[in-house]
Amino acid sequence: MTPTELKTQDDSESAEDMVAEDLIEEVSIDGMCGVY
Amino acid sequence: MTAVQERPVGGSLIDQFELGLDAPICLTWELTYACNLACAHCLSSSGKRDPRELSTAQCEAVIDELQRMQVFYVNIGGGEPTIRPDFWHLLAYAVDHQVGVKFSTNGVRITPERARVLASTDYVDVQISLDGATAEVNDYVRGTGSYDTALTALQNLQDAGFKDAKISVVCTRENIGQLDEFKALADRYGATLRLTRLRPSGRGADVWDELHPLPAQQKVLYDWLMAHGEDVLTGDSFFHLAAFGESLPGLNLCGAGRVVCLIDPIGDVYACPFAIHDSFLAGNLLDQGGFQRVWQTSELFTELRSPQTGGACAKCTFYDTCRGGCMAAKFFTGLPLDGPDPECVQGYGETALAGARTIPAASQDHSRSGPTRNQPVMLQLMTRPPVSACAQSPLAGFEAAPSSQNGCCS
Amino acid sequence: MPDVLLDRILTQAWALSPSVALRPEPFGALAYHFGNRKLTFLKRPELVQVVRVLAEHPDVRSALVAAGVPESQHAAYGAALRGLARTDMIRPREQELAS
Repeated sequence: MTPTELKTQDDSESAEDMVAEDLIEEVSIDGMCGVY
Repeated sequence: MTAVQERPVGGSLIDQFELGLDAPICLTWELTYACNLACAHCLSSSGKRDPRELSTAQCEAVIDELQRMQVFYVNIGGGEPTIRPDFWHLLAYAVDHQVGVKFSTNGVRITPERARVLASTDYVDVQISLDGATAEVNDYVRGTGSYDTALTALQNLQDAGFKDAKISVVCTRENIGQLDEFKALADRYGATLRLTRLRPSGRGADVWDELHPLPAQQKVLYDWLMAHGEDVLTGDSFFHLAAFGESLPGLNLCGAGRVVCLIDPIGDVYACPFAIHDSFLAGNLLDQGGFQRVWQTSELFTELRSPQTGGACAKCTFYDTCRGGCMAAKFFTGLPLDGPDPECVQGYGETALAGARTIPAASQDHSRSGPTRNQPVMLQLMTRPPVSACAQSPLAGFEAAPSSQNGCCS
Repeated sequence: MPDVLLDRILTQAWALSPSVALRPEPFGALAYHFGNRKLTFLKRPELVQVVRVLAEHPDVRSALVAAGVPESQHAAYGAALRGLARTDMIRPREQELAS
């Protein structure tokens, strides 16, 4: 899979700052406008 | 594949969704333009079946394609979808092919027997339309008997053990005062309340001036929704109200052509069900390449997925939250798409409405001609000139027998 | 699921719930739970990979290592997986065996 040397952009900042919100976001299936 | 845009890594959902996806997340599919009702504000101007309606086999092919594209959830509506003879077959077909279904109905075919079948079916959500917490308010726009039909359906569902039906309300000047009563109704039937926005779409264009909430009522609605949080759904209908302060729950994003769209009874694909007009027609799924090709490559959707400038709204401090409001609301009131929403809470919409504008002619009208037995009182009143300037009663001069004119849908 | 167990998620065996559909996207994936209708946006391809291979690993930590997630991010990924557990997107594998 992803070799550890292929860093994503954020890794140059302190990766310890990464939080769950950077990884997942919940939305309601009813939360998109355009469905009646 | 959708045309590749420069995609940021991570970022918010909104940033990603505005650029569009390779398949919708959910969509509305109107199965038929036929309807037993003649609601004054019908967004799809429904009433008469269109002879070009997709066949059962064509509908199955659409479901197969939605399964391949992994569309998670389809809102099946119309007209009244349950009056298609193959409705129950198509419902089962969708469920069997990993497409979750919510269907929107006025309740006319939700008998105790059907309710029992629904209660034993996983992955089906039922949404009953109701626009008044009392028969008087509801039937004014939906026609005599429609309130009773809806409540009977809700009772049948509850009795059969169906869990968590939805009651979906279009918020109007007439019913904003009944929000607590709507909630009580939902609680009584073990259902979830859903409040949605009236758009000037379809027949809604003809009644919007009279029916849309007044500015003070929008604030009442906003405060009420904030107080009820996730207990009440909105379908992200009211993101234009975010300019009052905090955003309501939901993406606060126009999903049209980006994460949602409409498939109509003849296979036409529109940006959203509130935008049934040639200007928002992306293509037809019966053409080569099917629905996927329309979704991924149509000119209209590519345009909607390109970065949108705010136009005149970009300088407003609330633009980040309200995003300039609803494209369909602007279009059908004859306002420019790069300007304020007609119901802009800062009042810019009112100013725009007072200026010169041209309401677009309807591209479509599937209304039944001539007043029908259950024509809503609102339309009956609108077709008659005033009896006299001094007449007090709104029913002055009203006759029970229908006359020969076409009502407001010509 | 009591939080005291979720705190130890890195050492536990988990798997994607059977009612969840995972749909790849350019930015990661959308995960939709057909039972409770929750929709979750997985924002990193690495997290998507973790979720895909979860069931094949004896514990979460080895799935993270296999997906190439740097150890400095393991806490954040653990927190994200706890979020997925709370909405039943993923389930502990002991529960799977029992049901």
